[in-house]
Amino acid sequence: MNTYLDFEKPIESLDSRILELKSLNESNPSDLLVDEIQEIENQINTSYEKIFSSITPWQRTQISRHPQRPKTRDYIENLITDFYPLSGDRAFSEDKAIMGGFGKFRGQSVLVMGHEKGHDTYSRIEHNFGMPKPEGYRKAQRLMKLAEHFDVPVISFVDTPGAYSGLGAEQRGQSEAIARTTECCLSLGVPIVVVIIGEGGSGGAVAIGTGNNVLMLENSVYSVISPEGCSSILWKDTSKTAEAAEALKLTASDMLKIDVIDKIIPEPIGGAHRHHLVTINNTGDAIENCLNVLSNQHGNELKHSRQERYLQIGRLGLFSEKTTTANEVLDNKYGKSRPQQPFYLNTKIQIFFLICVALIILFFYWNFN
Amino acid sequence: MPDNAWQKCKVCMTMLYADELEKTSYVCPNCDNHLQIHPRLRLKNLFDDGQFEEIKYPSNFSDPLNFKDSKTYRERFNQAQEKTGMDDAFLIGMGKIKGIPTTIAAMSFGFMGGSVGPAGAEAMVKAAEHSVTFNTPLVVFTCSGGMRMQTNQFSLQAIPKTLIAVDMVKDAKLPYIVVLTDPTSGGVSASFGMVGDVTIAEPNASIMFAGASVTKNTTGETMPEDVQKAEYLLEHGFVDQIVHRRDIRDSLAQIMSILLKRAA
Repeated sequence: MNTYLDFEKPIESLDSRILELKSLNESNPSDLLVDEIQEIENQINTSYEKIFSSITPWQRTQISRHPQRPKTRDYIENLITDFYPLSGDRAFSEDKAIMGGFGKFRGQSVLVMGHEKGHDTYSRIEHNFGMPKPEGYRKAQRLMKLAEHFDVPVISFVDTPGAYSGLGAEQRGQSEAIARTTECCLSLGVPIVVVIIGEGGSGGAVAIGTGNNVLMLENSVYSVISPEGCSSILWKDTSKTAEAAEALKLTASDMLKIDVIDKIIPEPIGGAHRHHLVTINNTGDAIENCLNVLSNQHGNELKHSRQERYLQIGRLGLFSEKTTTANEVLDNKYGKSRPQQPFYLNTKIQIFFLICVALIILFFYWNFN
Repeated sequence: MPDNAWQKCKVCMTMLYADELEKTSYVCPNCDNHLQIHPRLRLKNLFDDGQFEEIKYPSNFSDPLNFKDSKTYRERFNQAQEKTGMDDAFLIGMGKIKGIPTTIAAMSFGFMGGSVGPAGAEAMVKAAEHSVTFNTPLVVFTCSGGMRMQTNQFSLQAIPKTLIAVDMVKDAKLPYIVVLTDPTSGGVSASFGMVGDVTIAEPNASIMFAGASVTKNTTGETMPEDVQKAEYLLEHGFVDQIVHRRDIRDSLAQIMSILLKRAA
């Protein structure tokens, strides 16, 4: 059963028409039918192009939560061979909201983990709708430390409405678990590539979403609070979700503008929920590119560039200078300075050069007059 | 400093006069409830002779999202500045506690719910830099609803940023001490609030990841009232001690002099 969002309703009848024609074509093949199917498929593409040309942030939020959107499990099944799942935090219990394990990604050993929301009612409950409890985050820490121990890169898929809030989560220290997991991400000596594949829900996402590279699918969202939460707190009205989504600037293109993410992974027309394999392969290619670049960096360099990345975020409009003592502390700690700008862009050198040129011109001027 | 001359204690409902509250560091003389205290007064009461140097951090107004709900972000921000007399939700000061040079960053709930925005994140970086440069312990008094919605990602990414700041202090082998005060929740408790070398809390402070209403909305669970309190966190192993506000100065001096191996 396919699910159609409100603005996808026009597609529903077209889809069912195609299904009808296809079954007719099977029992009674004819070129006319094939042509008609093609015709309707073109119509679907045109309708989607129209929908996506004026898509609102709230609509994107809805797509990011689409039940048929590929989930972490789909990415692992299609991108990772020899997947060897690992469970439990070795302290309290197993949390299925975060799944993970070792495996091979395009021939390379990796540790892969991510929020898993589940595919149907039963599995959604089993995975707690992708809302991890503290034990889930502590499992993530355990897995990341294992990855560091065996020197394999980490691939992390983010897709959560947020960390679970409830009695058990408070009892076992949800805040502490998120803080320590983020700390673990920051201090890991192996590459971490993060892909936001659906919802990036606040601290629950950051905890396993802090990496050297953060990629984001075109129709994913990433926000400090859900549009619903924001609307009820700031507008004191739960119906202002569309306004809140607009104001929060939570789409992938907004994230790219402010350097919270490094790259947007495009989705085919119609969105990831209609084209699982293409989306997953695009994602695989993007991850591979990142890992190739990161494989040239080691231990301290990785920590350095990762921490530098997070120090820079948010300085836009707040700072004139780009570096502070903190950046120097990182330089001293990890031993390598950040990439220097080419010498000819240095203002002092530019001024010196201009003065020299001026003097030479003056020299010639005096000599020849 | 206070908005009104009179304030009501939320626990025993007594009307309290500001002058009197100032004498007791905003602890209700009637029921011992710890009310929110302005960071400036807190710092004054903690440091020797009430003397401290205020450390400025980059706090000019920045509104990258051009955020507007029923009010614009700028309106809310200006109101908060006027109300609290602060640059942003943090006040950083350096002074001496019983002779030990200390950097303190204290937060004000009065400033937009103590929410951490881009400037708040830089305040933590600045406080950490200062503590490392001057070789002093860093003490943070948390008091916040979480990350600031109006600057969305610039606030959310303060989680990693503030943790990097804390890491600097820890790397320098300087004590990082957190004092959790009422209330501490959301992204603040889920970042620098919960990673103290030593964590103390004020009595009866609400400390949580998600507020009761959020929990009710998302999971339908009703949170028992005593769960998200300092005493509960102590019992469950997330806080080292609960210390009365009048004793915090002694408590800090004691642990810092031990950790810094100073003669008592």
